[in-house]
Amino acid sequence: MAQTLYDKLWQSHLVMDRDDGSSLIYIDRHLLHEVTSPQAFEGLRLAKRPLWRLKANVATADHNVPTTPDREVIKDEVSRIQVETLGRNCSDFDITLFDLADRRQGIVHVVGPEQGLTLPGMTVVCGDSHTSTHGAFGALAHGIGTSEVEHVLATQCLVQTKSKNMRIWVDSPLSAGVTAKDLALYICGQIGTAGGTGYALEFAGPGIEALSMEGRMTLCNMAIEAGARAGMVAVDQTTIDYIEGRDYAPKGENWEKAVAAWKQLHSDADAVFDRDIKINGAAIEPQVSWGTSPEMVISVNEPLPLPENEVDSVKRDGMKRAYEYMGLTPGAALADITPDRVFIGSCTNSRIEDLRAAAEVAKGRKVSPKVKQALVVPGSGLVKAQAEKEGLDVIFKEAGFEWREPGCSMCLAMNADRLEQGEHCASTSNRNFEGRQGYGGRTHLVSPATAAAAAIAGAFVDVRTVMNQGAQ
Amino acid sequence: MKAFTQVTGIVAPLDRANVDTDQIIPKQFLKSIQRTGFGPNLFDEWRYLDQGFPGQDYTQRPLNKDFVLNQEPYTQAKILLTRQNFGCGSSREHAPWALDDFGFRCIIAPSFADIFYNNCFKNGILPIQLTEEQVENLFHLVTENKGFTFTVDLESQTIKAGDESQSHLLDEIKFDIPAPRKSSLLKGLDEIGETLVHSDVIRAFEEKYHSANPWL
Repeated sequence: MAQTLYDKLWQSHLVMDRDDGSSLIYIDRHLLHEVTSPQAFEGLRLAKRPLWRLKANVATADHNVPTTPDREVIKDEVSRIQVETLGRNCSDFDITLFDLADRRQGIVHVVGPEQGLTLPGMTVVCGDSHTSTHGAFGALAHGIGTSEVEHVLATQCLVQTKSKNMRIWVDSPLSAGVTAKDLALYICGQIGTAGGTGYALEFAGPGIEALSMEGRMTLCNMAIEAGARAGMVAVDQTTIDYIEGRDYAPKGENWEKAVAAWKQLHSDADAVFDRDIKINGAAIEPQVSWGTSPEMVISVNEPLPLPENEVDSVKRDGMKRAYEYMGLTPGAALADITPDRVFIGSCTNSRIEDLRAAAEVAKGRKVSPKVKQALVVPGSGLVKAQAEKEGLDVIFKEAGFEWREPGCSMCLAMNADRLEQGEHCASTSNRNFEGRQGYGGRTHLVSPATAAAAAIAGAFVDVRTVMNQGAQ
Repeated sequence: MKAFTQVTGIVAPLDRANVDTDQIIPKQFLKSIQRTGFGPNLFDEWRYLDQGFPGQDYTQRPLNKDFVLNQEPYTQAKILLTRQNFGCGSSREHAPWALDDFGFRCIIAPSFADIFYNNCFKNGILPIQLTEEQVENLFHLVTENKGFTFTVDLESQTIKAGDESQSHLLDEIKFDIPAPRKSSLLKGLDEIGETLVHSDVIRAFEEKYHSANPWL
């Protein structure tokens, strides 16, 4: 029978079907960070259970870490204890840890693929919902809770029930100035934040094949924002080229064997999906979120939507509440909103390609005096080093951006990088929930290029217009 | 794992869709390395008028009187009635920990986000999915009869009035729940222990799998 990519990944990891109708699924890679792991390690200790497979686990600290140069001494005591606890747990259980002194440290979803720890055909889990990122490699990857972190540490398996299959077919490449982030936001707007609930979501079609690995990661990263815990893309030459030569990638004879196996990791031509959605990639414009859910998103030149046009009363109430929280008026233009701060970073958009796209806009221009702070936070120490090699740090600093050390930073504001009450932010992160970037903060989700354009213009504007105007 | 068999308690109506886990328990409280103590910070930004931080004396904080869980009798609620896509966003298990710590044992909504739904079962919380229409009717019922109680029984998969004298207001509702979820929640088994019973099967799988995929 014809199989989807998800069917293939499920089947190759199926250890056993259980009596009650659920299944045991084998886990190849388990990534850990400081926030969702301490209680799991404590559980192992209490039950005196060893790790099932040491080498499956790799850890890094990211959520709490400061992004300032003196970051190795964390001033916030509660954050410091959490990061130190991760260090102690990794040391006690002998788990590989990329700590703050290691240049490989960074956001767990940037580090995994960068090191070749994420490979096609793997099951990848982490106590973080954005684990869907790793699906970009033709892997089955999703976030888990802390109880499941403990379960994986102790058994190398998860108890799962199979999801349904959904495909989003993007029929044409995106236009110039439009990125995978705009596509991800557009999809959230189209299917809603619960649109993918219960599904494993495959992105396919010419519009996806044309994306770089960075773009595919950005897209799969936000599958969870469309409700799907796992997003994925089939393996092609772009995937294989990205992996070759990375530290943890297979070498020599194993490389040849692996590549041969990976080439089977795509949905069969006649595979059937429970839900199949078609999208015209070329028609998508730069997107900006206006509200407090990633589905509250519009094209940059559209006016803010009118709640009275929404037929669903629950959604209408949600829109009204969002307008109140955001301090915005229905029907207004995005160009009338000033971003108090700009954040370029997060597991969605902190890879080298994202920084290049933002730097291209920033080059020879200046951050508007209306903007209080514009942050660029690379996704890992290696991304930072690469960007510096290319001179991107100089471009950003000359334009008035701050160039920081790697971490999750203002995406969720667990460290010192955060919005003040009432401030608007042009952010390349993934969630515009109330308070996400700081108490009372107002997030507008955008691509790195649009964020840079917002910093320069001091308003949410069409990045294509900024680029056409040339440097100042 | 904690078992769930039956609960009788006050139903608190939280009339919002897409309640995300950042709202259920804001990020600053995730710095704790414990599993308990999150209850006072459940829905922190909606419950209090000031900004919360870890280690604060919450009894001194100004309450938002308009928020349902600050109104009597809902401070004693055990069942939460809410709208679609409850628990979306972050995978933080601190969300069910906080709900549990507050006293909630059951959540009723038209839909739940996948990861949150899964996390509930690991903590003895029963998430019940009903139709939008059923949920709408229950909102009317519990807002018109403040303090209305339900008895939720997992074995029989039913919701009925907790107080016999109010049973004329609510016809018994049957709910669906996936069979594996039901059996594990009823028994409250140690899931890791259950899996480790099959250690030999896992080892045999692993051996075969790694010889077929030698690069892993």
